[in-house]
Amino acid sequence: MNWLLAALQTALFVALAPLLAGWIKWCKCRLQNRKAPSLFQPYRDLLKLTRKQPVVSHQASWIFTTSPYIIFSAMVLAASIVPLIAVDLPTSANADVIVLIGFFSFARFFLALAGLDIGTAFGGMGSSREMTISSLAEPAMLMSVFALTMSASTTNLSFAIGHVLHEGLVLRPSFIFALFSLMLVAIAETGRIPVDNPATHLELTMIHEAMILEYSGRHLALIEWASQLKLLLYGVLIANIFFPWGIAETLAFESLSYGLLAVIGKLALLALLLALSETLFAKMRLFRVQEFLSFAYLLGLLGMLSHIILEGAR
Amino acid sequence: MNIGQLDFYTQAILSLAALVGLTSFLMLGQGRLLRLVFVFAVQGLLLALTTAVAAYSLNIPHLYISAALTLILKVIVIPWMLRRLALQMNIHRDVEALKNNTAVMLGGASLMLFSYYILHPIVQTSSIVMLNALAVSLSVMLLGMLLMISHRQAVAHVVGFMSIENGLFFAAVVATHGMPMVVELGVAFDVLIAAVLFGIFFFHIRTSIDSLDVDLLNRLSEVDK
Repeated sequence: MNWLLAALQTALFVALAPLLAGWIKWCKCRLQNRKAPSLFQPYRDLLKLTRKQPVVSHQASWIFTTSPYIIFSAMVLAASIVPLIAVDLPTSANADVIVLIGFFSFARFFLALAGLDIGTAFGGMGSSREMTISSLAEPAMLMSVFALTMSASTTNLSFAIGHVLHEGLVLRPSFIFALFSLMLVAIAETGRIPVDNPATHLELTMIHEAMILEYSGRHLALIEWASQLKLLLYGVLIANIFFPWGIAETLAFESLSYGLLAVIGKLALLALLLALSETLFAKMRLFRVQEFLSFAYLLGLLGMLSHIILEGAR
Repeated sequence: MNIGQLDFYTQAILSLAALVGLTSFLMLGQGRLLRLVFVFAVQGLLLALTTAVAAYSLNIPHLYISAALTLILKVIVIPWMLRRLALQMNIHRDVEALKNNTAVMLGGASLMLFSYYILHPIVQTSSIVMLNALAVSLSVMLLGMLLMISHRQAVAHVVGFMSIENGLFFAAVVATHGMPMVVELGVAFDVLIAAVLFGIFFFHIRTSIDSLDVDLLNRLSEVDK
């Protein structure tokens, strides 16, 4: 029964991911005084892409054609770790947050390989930029997650969320720092505006789009879906770790549906925040991303320090 | 002693202390003047919030007055004056290339540790909140001094000076529940007058050395020309 629920939750993750992307696009359009596409446009795009025939270069090796499947399944496995609507599910109890980061970097590794595989200039450039950025983002993410796990004294996400839930409302300086740090990392990792612009194909600035430029058809659909899933994963991480109230602690039907409503509300708010910040800020130069991420790292480090010093954990 | 066992207001004061410390670090690494002034205003806002929280939790009504004073002076008036000065002298577009920024940041971090180390024996007997708040305020003061040493623009020096005052004020609010009202009013007006005087000084420095970069004052103009 629990395993079935865990599988259902993962399926819900996969199904909700395009909706979140559609909602962000809708908010951005409204903020920029444009007419917004329907919320379900990302689903239609994915459907359209799966119907199209993929075009693969003659130079492409097996890495290029298998990468979309590997990336997508890595993201689905990552989604099974993160508690979405219920805390006590066997899949999230089995693996911890370090495994989650491992899945992310596994997917990124194959994405970078696929970008290099064809041998076009853009692919290589995109891969190199992606690896540069992620090598800076990953320590920052680990730092901010450690600040959280130190106060919960577990790296397991569902136990940590349970700990935050049971403790009630405690204002922790370390959590404030970790929250900001994780938000900055999420922006960098999912390629949102100050770091990368998901909406353009401008040669000089693109990072994620440069790597997947050669993909088409169902391969592209899978990769797009995986990146939407990644965005949703980060959103759920931020929403459920720092504001876990509303998540289902028992597996009764009412609490589950309440948990679903709560998480959808939280995600809608977070996405609105993201759309606002994307409208307000301009994309920064590539060489300033390093400053941005080192600031995220500094925040994570301060979170850990203030856990040790300010919160008196001795 | 765990933070979960403290009451909500103490937690709020601790969180605000952490944020005040963070703003000091942000000021230290900031090369642009307008942003520096903005971060300074944010620090003032956090101070006003701390004072209001302390007034509420300790039930001391006169702290509300000092919170309002802080809000008016350090969040609105002084940043506005500094901003206007920077705009008038047309120095707001200068990006100050901070010399050895990394060393300064490391120095700032070690100053923070140093203030913890110094205050540890003093407040051994009192509560943990006291230790943290005093350590944060001491490090805000030291970071303000470091800001004055490391930046070359005169406006940045004024911000550093004001942030030293912020650190003192924070200590006063958290450790001794605020100073007597007379002292507080006096200090507030002193700070305001200081800001006005600094503005006049800026113009004087600028007319005599044609820049606000105080490093130029080290040179003797007759010799180096």
